[in-house]
Amino acid sequence: MAENQRILVCAGTGCASSGALPIIDILKEEIKRQGLEGTVSVVGTGCQGFCEKGPTLVIEPQHILYTRVAAEDVAEIVAQDIINGERVERLLLLDQVTQKPVSSLSDIRFFAKQHRIVLQNCGVIDPKKIGDYTARDGYKGIQKALKEMSPEEVLEEVKKSGLRGRGGAGFPTGMKWGFCRQTPSDKKYIICNADEGDPGAFMDRSVLEGDPHSVIEGMLIGAYAIGADEGYVYCRAEYPLAIKHLEIAIKQAQEAGYLGDNILNSGFNFHLKVFAGAGAFVCGEETALMASIEGKRGMPRVRPPFPAVSGLWGKPTNINNVETWSNIPHILRNGAEWYGQFGTEKSKGTKIFALTGKVNNTGLVEVPMGTTLREIIFDIGDGIQNGKAFKAVQIGGPSGGCLPESMLDLAVDYDTLTQAGAMVGSGGLVIMDETTCMVDIARYFLNFSKKESCGKCTPCREGTTRMYEILDRITKGEGKEEDLDTLENLALTIKETSLCGLGQFAPSPILATLKYFRHEYEAHIRDHKCPAHNCTALLSYTIDVEKCKMCSLCAKNCPANCITGDKKTNTPYVINEEACIKCGTCLEKCKFGAVSRA
Amino acid sequence: MSTACEELVDPKQIQLDEIIEKYRHENGPLIPILQGAQGVYGYLPAHVLKHISKAIRIPLARIYGVVTFYAQFRLTPVGRNLINVCLGTACHVRGGAKVLETIEKELKIKDGATTDDGRFTLEIVACIGACGLAPVISINNEVHGRLVPESIAGIFAKYE
Repeated sequence: MAENQRILVCAGTGCASSGALPIIDILKEEIKRQGLEGTVSVVGTGCQGFCEKGPTLVIEPQHILYTRVAAEDVAEIVAQDIINGERVERLLLLDQVTQKPVSSLSDIRFFAKQHRIVLQNCGVIDPKKIGDYTARDGYKGIQKALKEMSPEEVLEEVKKSGLRGRGGAGFPTGMKWGFCRQTPSDKKYIICNADEGDPGAFMDRSVLEGDPHSVIEGMLIGAYAIGADEGYVYCRAEYPLAIKHLEIAIKQAQEAGYLGDNILNSGFNFHLKVFAGAGAFVCGEETALMASIEGKRGMPRVRPPFPAVSGLWGKPTNINNVETWSNIPHILRNGAEWYGQFGTEKSKGTKIFALTGKVNNTGLVEVPMGTTLREIIFDIGDGIQNGKAFKAVQIGGPSGGCLPESMLDLAVDYDTLTQAGAMVGSGGLVIMDETTCMVDIARYFLNFSKKESCGKCTPCREGTTRMYEILDRITKGEGKEEDLDTLENLALTIKETSLCGLGQFAPSPILATLKYFRHEYEAHIRDHKCPAHNCTALLSYTIDVEKCKMCSLCAKNCPANCITGDKKTNTPYVINEEACIKCGTCLEKCKFGAVSRA
Repeated sequence: MSTACEELVDPKQIQLDEIIEKYRHENGPLIPILQGAQGVYGYLPAHVLKHISKAIRIPLARIYGVVTFYAQFRLTPVGRNLINVCLGTACHVRGGAKVLETIEKELKIKDGATTDDGRFTLEIVACIGACGLAPVISINNEVHGRLVPESIAGIFAKYE
C-alpha cells in the first residue's frame, strides 16, 4: 500500500446529481473503519470534467480513475485497491479503441489530448480550502505582482501574453485593462462576469465551483494593474454551489490577508463581493450587467461611453468573464512568453469547451486554441452516440452557428470560426446527429432569443418573434417559398439595427443553418418532409401489409385509437392518417418491423 | 398581556426588516432585498413590495418594473416543490421535450403553473449547467440527470 494516498471524489453539480455526495461520506467511514485515516484522505473536489462517466473518483498519487462509482462499490475499492493495491477492473474505463480497461488518467484519451491550465486545479483540490490552492502555487501571482512589479509592468505582461476575452467576442484583455487604467478617477471597479447564460456552456460554473481562488487571484491582479479597489462577481442565481464556494473562498482570502486593506503590506486595497443575478440572459451584456448591480432592469445602453470610461455608478469599470480572470494568475506566475507558446498566432492560450449533446464523452475539455473540431469531437469526445452519423456542431450558443461535417477540420480560434459563420462564444459545443432537424434547432434558438430579448430595441423585440413564427410554421409544414428570403432580410436588418450582442447575433443560428443546411429548409417547405424525422407534423406512419403479423400490439398501444385491423377476418392493421397524432408508439411497439416512418 | 402582543408580530415581517436593514445602506440594495424577501415569503406579495418601497424609498412602480423583468421573481405563491425542467440546447437535442411532456401529463399542469394541491410548481428554464447529464430537471435545486420519461414518476415520489 502506498503512503499518503488521496481519494479525490468529484462533487461538482454533475457528479453530485449522479449520487457522488453519499459516496464521500461512505468512503470516509470506510477509511476510518479500516484504520487508514492517517495515510488516506478523502477529498470532495470540484468538477473533474468527465460528467458522462460520473460519479468519478481519482486515487492519487497513482492517477487511477474509477467511473460510474456507486455507494455499494466503496468497500470493494478500499479493500482491493487502497489496501491490496489491485485495481477494481469493472469500474475502470474501457479504452474507446482497444476496449480494454485503462487505469491511469494519462492513458485515457478523454484526458490525454487535453492541456489543462485553467482547469488544472479543478477536480484536484478541495475548493473549500485555501490551503489546497496555495499548496499548488496559488496566490503566487499576486505576490509577484505586488512585490516585484509596478501596475504598468503587470499590464504589459498581460498585453504581451496575447490573452483575449473568453466571454465570446475575444477582445484583447490587456488592451481592455489599459483603457480603464488610463481613465482618471478617484474610484474604479472591476467585475467578474459569471452570468454564464449560454445554454450548453458550463465551464465558468465549474471553475467557480472547483477553483474559486483562481478567479479571486486573477481579479486581484487586474485590480492592481487597473487601479481599482472594489470588485463584484456577478453570478447566475441558477448556480447555487458556485455562489456558496465563492463566498467561502472570499472569506478565507480575507482571513489570509489577500483581500481587504493593505494586502500583503503593499498598501494595495481590494474588496470583493458576490452579486447573485436574478435570471436574465441579457445581463451577460456588460452594460446590462452593471444596470442589474445598480438595482435596475438589466437593459443594455448605448456605448460610448464605454464602461472603461463610465461604468458602474458612473465610474470607470473593467469587466471580464470567469475563464479570462482565471487565466491571469498563470500568466503572472509563468510569464507571458510561457503563455504565448500555447495556441495560434492570434489566439493565444487554451480554451475550455463544454462538450455535450449526442457525443459519447460529454464533459469539460480544455485544449490549446487551434485544435480542430474533429480532434475535440472524435478523439476526445469519442464520436457520436449509438453509432449514428454526425450532422452538425452548434458552437457559441444562441449567438453562434451550426457547422457541418465539411468544417470539422477548422482550427478553433476566434477569427477562423467567425469567418465560418459561427463564433467561439463562451465555448459550448453541442453535437448533433442525423436525427436532429436543423430547422427545429434554428426555431429553438429563436424561441430562446425572443424570450430573452429585453424589449428595448424594436428590431430585436419584434423581429425575433416574427422570425420564430416563420420557423415554427416551416416545422409544421406550412412554410412558403418566400419565407427563406423574408428570413434572410429580417436577419440582416436585426443584425444591423440592434444595440447589443443579443440582438445583433440572435439571427446567427438562422443564417448559419441557411448557409449550410438550406436543403433541409427546402425539404420542409417544398416536399413537406423533415429529413431528420424530427418535426412531428411532417411525419407519416404506415404499416407494411406484407410484414404485419396482425398481433394487434400497435392498435392496443395507440393512444389515439386510430389503428384498426383484425386477425380473425385476416384484415391487416392500417393507420387512419387523419386521426394519427404521430406519437411513434406503434413504431416502438411493433416487433416485426412492419411500421415505417417517412 | 405581553405574550399576546408578541404573537401579533409576524415573524416573517421581522425577518424582512432584518434583510432590509442589512442591505439598505449599500449601493444598489433593491435586488438583494427582493431576493431575501422571496426567500422568506416564497414569493413577493403586494404588501411586501409596498413595505420595501417605503423602507428604501424607491417608487413601487420601479420595484414592479424590476420584479417583472427578472425570471427569478414571482408575484404568485409557489408550490411546496419547485421543478425546473431544463430545455437548454444539450437537453433539447437529447429529448428534454419528451421529459417535459411526461411531466405535464403526470402533473396536469403547464409551464409556470402550480398543482391544485400545492405540491409542485413547474417551470421551464434554459440551462442549469448540468449539460453533461442531459436531459436534466432540478427539484428544489437538486439536479436529476440522464432522464427518460419513465424515470419521472419515481423521482416525484420522493417529494411530498
